[in-house]
Amino acid sequence: MAHAVASHHEDAHAHAPQSFLFKYIFSKDHKVIGIQYYLTAMFMALIAGALAMMVRLQLGWPTASWPMLEKIFPQSFAGGIMEPGFYTMLFTMHGTIMVFFVLSTAPVSGFGNLLIPLQVGARDMAFPFLNGLSFWTFFVGCIVILTSFFVGAGAAAGGWTSYPPLSALKGAVPGSETGQTFWIIGMVFFIASFTMGGLNFVTTILNLRTKGLSLLRMPLTLWAMFLVAVLGLLAFPALTAASLMLVFDRHFGTSFFLPAGIVLNNIPMVDGQGHSLHQGGSPLLWQHLFWFLGHPEVYILMLPALGFTSDIMSCFARKAIFGYKSMVGAMIAIATLSFVVWGHHMFISGMSPYLGMAFAVGTILIAVPSAVKVFNWLATLWQSRIQYKTPMLWALGVVSLFISGGLSGIWLGQSAVDIQLHDTYFVVAHFHLIMAGAALFGVFGATSFWFPKMFGRLMNDGLGKVHFWFTFVAYYCTFFPMHYVGIAGHMRRIYTLTEYKYLANLQPINQLITVSAFVLGASQLVFFVNFFWSALKGQPAGENPWGANGLEWTTPSPPPHGNWPGAIPEVHRWPYDYSVPDAPADHILQTDPAPIGEKKGH
Amino acid sequence: MPIDFLEAKRARHSGGAPALAADPARFGLWAFLGTVTMLFIGFTSAYILRRTSADWAPLAAPSLLWLNTAALLASSATLESARRRQTEASLTVLLRLVLATGLLGLLFAGGQLLAWRQLAAQGVFLASNPHSSFFYVLTGVHGLHLLGGLVWFAVVLARVRQLGHVPRHDVLGLFATYWHFLALLWLYLLLLLFVF
Repeated sequence: MAHAVASHHEDAHAHAPQSFLFKYIFSKDHKVIGIQYYLTAMFMALIAGALAMMVRLQLGWPTASWPMLEKIFPQSFAGGIMEPGFYTMLFTMHGTIMVFFVLSTAPVSGFGNLLIPLQVGARDMAFPFLNGLSFWTFFVGCIVILTSFFVGAGAAAGGWTSYPPLSALKGAVPGSETGQTFWIIGMVFFIASFTMGGLNFVTTILNLRTKGLSLLRMPLTLWAMFLVAVLGLLAFPALTAASLMLVFDRHFGTSFFLPAGIVLNNIPMVDGQGHSLHQGGSPLLWQHLFWFLGHPEVYILMLPALGFTSDIMSCFARKAIFGYKSMVGAMIAIATLSFVVWGHHMFISGMSPYLGMAFAVGTILIAVPSAVKVFNWLATLWQSRIQYKTPMLWALGVVSLFISGGLSGIWLGQSAVDIQLHDTYFVVAHFHLIMAGAALFGVFGATSFWFPKMFGRLMNDGLGKVHFWFTFVAYYCTFFPMHYVGIAGHMRRIYTLTEYKYLANLQPINQLITVSAFVLGASQLVFFVNFFWSALKGQPAGENPWGANGLEWTTPSPPPHGNWPGAIPEVHRWPYDYSVPDAPADHILQTDPAPIGEKKGH
Repeated sequence: MPIDFLEAKRARHSGGAPALAADPARFGLWAFLGTVTMLFIGFTSAYILRRTSADWAPLAAPSLLWLNTAALLASSATLESARRRQTEASLTVLLRLVLATGLLGLLFAGGQLLAWRQLAAQGVFLASNPHSSFFYVLTGVHGLHLLGGLVWFAVVLARVRQLGHVPRHDVLGLFATYWHFLALLWLYLLLLLFVF
């Protein structure tokens, strides 16, 4: 009885859908969904990048007039000068789109969907329908966020963290009106989509692994995806709860986050009898709930990049990853610690010093597993024959950014030091190097490495290297000097720096940063050309162009519907058997049953 | 040749790699319940913090809530009885039990709405005081999860009728897990809102 029903299910799924609509648009195939996520994130990155360019324009030349921009944005550049409200909207939406709709989406939802079934040896994700639904929910979220630029007084402008009261009082700033409402709706769609994805990730990785693929034989990318999904499932609900309460505060008169005695644009918020409209609420409550998500969220961005880096580095160093188990342990430690350090975003919010101390200690503890990872990467490179292909350059870039961004994290994690540096450009430098930069470089590395599994072709290596070097140098030139201006007191989110005498002499550095940012932005055009040209005209890749070991390299590029033309392969070893002594080739596929390689314990 | 999408799962059942849960659907459901739990932990922390403020005015529980609670627990009981007997009981009996579950669930949802109306009639609204805000929001979010369960319930019922038997995947078992979770969650919310 049960069997009859089961085979009915298989028949429905076994034949690849033929119509264009169901093959490429409303697909349930994880590879198509992964590419859909990736391309959408790429489009969102263009928007968010353009916003950043305008932020830099204002910071480089705060009082200049831009008649050309006035023609595009007649209201926001009245007289050619950027409106302050427009500026706050720019950095708010740059942060929101980049953090959630680009750097959470491309590595996790994009590469996670593309790679997880290929690396665990499954025909598809555990719940293919949920997976398709997840993408389209995300897509609606993107539309809502993009639409918010065109509603009423413009998009949200209260910072990507949406702190009340700016986000809770509709009249606070123009962006607090409809724009903020759209921000909340867009985020709800994003969270719903990420939750559906996360359920698929954990279930597929734990339940659909092929025969022989024990947990400690999984590629580190797979470990990263698993931990990211767990973080998402456990951390995002805090923001869901907070967003819901924010909606009630905004539209239904509750006081979850709003205290008594608010004066809005010089008018006290009171009713006819002089009673305060709101009372007893706590804006700090939002901060706690937001950062309970927000801190794990930065590891949602980071961890996939760390996984990609390990797998790419091992392949192009032709050497097993050093300290595999400590790599797994370090990622688990980082993911666990990320839940107990959110308070370090709130040191100056009036926190008990003892509580601050606890958060500071937890934060600095993260340096330990992070250092383990860096040590292992360096040890992997040690005495290896490095092949400097494009993916390897990005992997090395991730290590570089992880170190330089991580070191400033140790400064910021100490509550006493943070009081000076909080909300300055030092923080902007820190998180752009480690969270944004490492995640972005990880995505570029993964793109060039797994491109064959997306489109069956190789990306152009020459263009890839041009793109890497321009991006690498421009990235450091953009974000490294921000440490100096931050220490000098340059605050975040400031519209005109030159109005402060003690900061005015930093202006030349700001101009250098702006020019570097423009070079950084322009360099990305090389990537777009390379991506689309290679997808259509690139050199056919074949099954395993890099001589890598993972399961994804045992099937044609791109893999067919169902991932393997024949039976699902069985796994006999971990994916890091490179340059094994006495082996017939310099690498041994995970499916190779030969009794050599794989150290004991794996 | 059609591809066998479940072969990896079968291979494992016949002595392949160890799995943490035999059934992906069951594992996925528990993961979902985990994320729902975190949602209510988020609300709980907000509730505990907000309760310390000076303007907190405790609300008396509308007595209707106890009747609602009884209906929800009874619906859990009928569902559990169906789940335990799904192999031996006749389809008619199973359908009756599952239908009773759904009706009792609807009764609970209607009762919650009525409790809202009663409070509103006393002049206690969403924004009246922090306790009433939390009462409306928490019962509302719980109610939404319950309504989602009822939609699922309707799908299960339609499927059972269409197939003439309980489908594979232990659908009744999965549904029961979700439904019992909602009943426990409601007991927790009652304790949080009105006892502690």
